Amino acid sequence: MSGILAVLEQRGGVLHKMALEALAAAQQLGSELDLPVCATVLGGGGDALAGYKLDKVLVVENELLNEYTPDGYTLALKQLIAAQAPSFVLFPHTYQVRDFAPKLATAMGRVLVSDVIGHRVDNGTLVLVRQLFQGKINADIRFEGEPPYFASVQAGAFRADKLVAGSAPVEKFSVELSAAQIRTKPKELFRESQRAVDLTAADIIVSVGRGIKEADNIHIVQKLADAFGGELAASRPICDNGWLPMERQVGSSGQTVAPKMYVAVGISGAIQHLVGMKGSKTIVAINKDPEAPIFEVADYGIVGDLFEVVPALIEELNKAKG
Amino acid sequence: MKIVVAIKQVPSRDSQLKINAAGKWIEDADLSYEINEPDAYALESALQLREKASGEVVVICAGPAGASQTIREALAKGADRAIHVETDAFEVSDPLALGRIMAKALEAEQPDLVMTGLQSDDLGYGQTGVILAEVMGLPHATLIMSMELDGNTLTVKRELEDGWFQNVEIPLPALLTIQSGATKLRYATLMGIKKAKTKEVKKLPAAELAVSAAQVIHLDRIYMPGKTKKSVVFDGPAKESAAKLVEKLRFEVRVI
Ligand SMILES: Cc1cc2nc3c(=O)[nH]c(=O)nc-3n(C[C@H](O)[C@H](O)[C@H](O)COP(=O)(O)OP(=O)(O)OC[C@H]3O[C@@H](n4cnc5c(N)ncnc54)[C@H](O)[C@@H]3O)c2cc1C
Ligand SMILES: Nc1ncnc2c1ncn2[C@@H]1O[C@H](COP(=O)(O)O)[C@@H](O)[C@H]1O
Repeated sequence: MSGILAVLEQRGGVLHKMALEALAAAQQLGSELDLPVCATVLGGGGDALAGYKLDKVLVVENELLNEYTPDGYTLALKQLIAAQAPSFVLFPHTYQVRDFAPKLATAMGRVLVSDVIGHRVDNGTLVLVRQLFQGKINADIRFEGEPPYFASVQAGAFRADKLVAGSAPVEKFSVELSAAQIRTKPKELFRESQRAVDLTAADIIVSVGRGIKEADNIHIVQKLADAFGGELAASRPICDNGWLPMERQVGSSGQTVAPKMYVAVGISGAIQHLVGMKGSKTIVAINKDPEAPIFEVADYGIVGDLFEVVPALIEELNKAKG
Repeated sequence: MKIVVAIKQVPSRDSQLKINAAGKWIEDADLSYEINEPDAYALESALQLREKASGEVVVICAGPAGASQTIREALAKGADRAIHVETDAFEVSDPLALGRIMAKALEAEQPDLVMTGLQSDDLGYGQTGVILAEVMGLPHATLIMSMELDGNTLTVKRELEDGWFQNVEIPLPALLTIQSGATKLRYATLMGIKKAKTKEVKKLPAAELAVSAAQVIHLDRIYMPGKTKKSVVFDGPAKESAAKLVEKLRFEVRVI
């Protein structure tokens, strides 16, 4: 086919929220590189794709794919890719994709360019942008050798609202799989505990990161949250250390929030944190490092030592409130 | 039970990074280094498993000569021995080549379990473990928080998105990529540091492992990211900056 194949993700027939962004990426690259675009989803949910402008939707059904396993998905997609011979295979950078796409690429002697945040077409060749050093540095990557080329796109890199509607033919593709080839046994999904705080309901969130250094310092940022009349949240290391409960964690493995104002205190701005708060209306960052990636998304920032800045800010807020 | 843990040495988290003249990598001469964070958790999980199941913990690290410091620290914490694949850091910026090199270095080991961190702080591919599993022909599970061994089967707890988890059963031998944070890390004891000096570190020059390092992606250049938003940043004395910010929040953002 020598086109673009978007491999999307679903659970219970419902597409993953990042799947539509990957589909948008495929459409966009398809028009920029002048290549036909197809999409596939394993284990159901293919019908949801028929309403987009695509060359075709490939539905792979096999009862061994009803539950996700890295072995099952890799074996099935290897057959599909061999048969369709796409030049590019695009995935959303979800946890499931992290789990099987590097295996699939390796099985086909390729390297997946993971976590793509941008792209450009340079003289007809695709250049992908990904982050190094937790977002402090960007890298331009090109593919070498023969296709297929594999890439996964990070949340927010492409916009689902740019998807072009249409009507795509749905085609079935059958794969050879046997239960013995699937070595791991997935069990039930579960959540740890009921969430007592609903961060998504807060208008203002003040979030604390590893810059706070010790559990005993958390109260400094709590006071700032109080002065703003907001909720306290945190980056992952704070919750990992048990300094705040996990229900206050913002990011890809925590909550996704979009308050009127998000104040990040001593948070570097790694992509897994950003995806959980990038949609906030106003972002304020306090960090001693002027190069911290959080400043790339901040509307307002203070470069300085939080142990000086936060108390000063509380004082000014109280003054302003009279 | 033989457990292999892949540990990587990365620039310390607080490093001020500068791009080198060629625009291909960072200026790494004056940096300080530490163990990649999730790898420290992988090592901890391995040590805890050894305490329950007995056996041996072997660490493997691919990196330049300076990586021996991180290897020594792992030995001081309790790893039994180490394999140091000697490379220039940039030489192994292709994760498939690295996976092949590590698999080759581990050929003679026949481990029951291989653990890696889920992602490195510098290259951040989040792939090396999964690639290594495929090259070694092992089943794998990623983003592991904890594990329970029952005979020849591990039940592992995987982290999923949005606060969800899943248990997965996986037969040994297997490979796991470990997520940070699920357990407390131990410190090296004085005794451990002393003992580490006597432990075996096998050095294997990567070039001698003779794997075809088929470069299938090419790093053109690295650069500082540009701002995506126009931000107003204050960097004066704390009190002044605080006053200016509050004014903005009052009159522009109107949240106060
Ligand atoms: C699969 C996966 C899922 C993840 N999920 C999440 C998630 O849901 N949420 C999340 O947050 N992370 C998540 N992470 C981790 C993420 O990659 C980062 O490691 C984490 O967000 C870093 O937290 P931090 O910014 O608090 O710490 P660091 O990166 O250590 O940053 C600390 C910051 O504080 C600043 N600082 C230090 N001292 C001071 C001071 N005195 N005054 C002012 N500033 C100071 C430093 O300059 C630095 O920028 C995940 C990672 C992976 C791989
Ligand atoms: N040079 C290396 N030496 C040893 N282990 C490594 C090396 N590079 C990566 N790893 C392991 O692979 C994991 C994932 O790295 P990456 O794929 O680069 O994100 C790390 O957490 C390490 O456990």
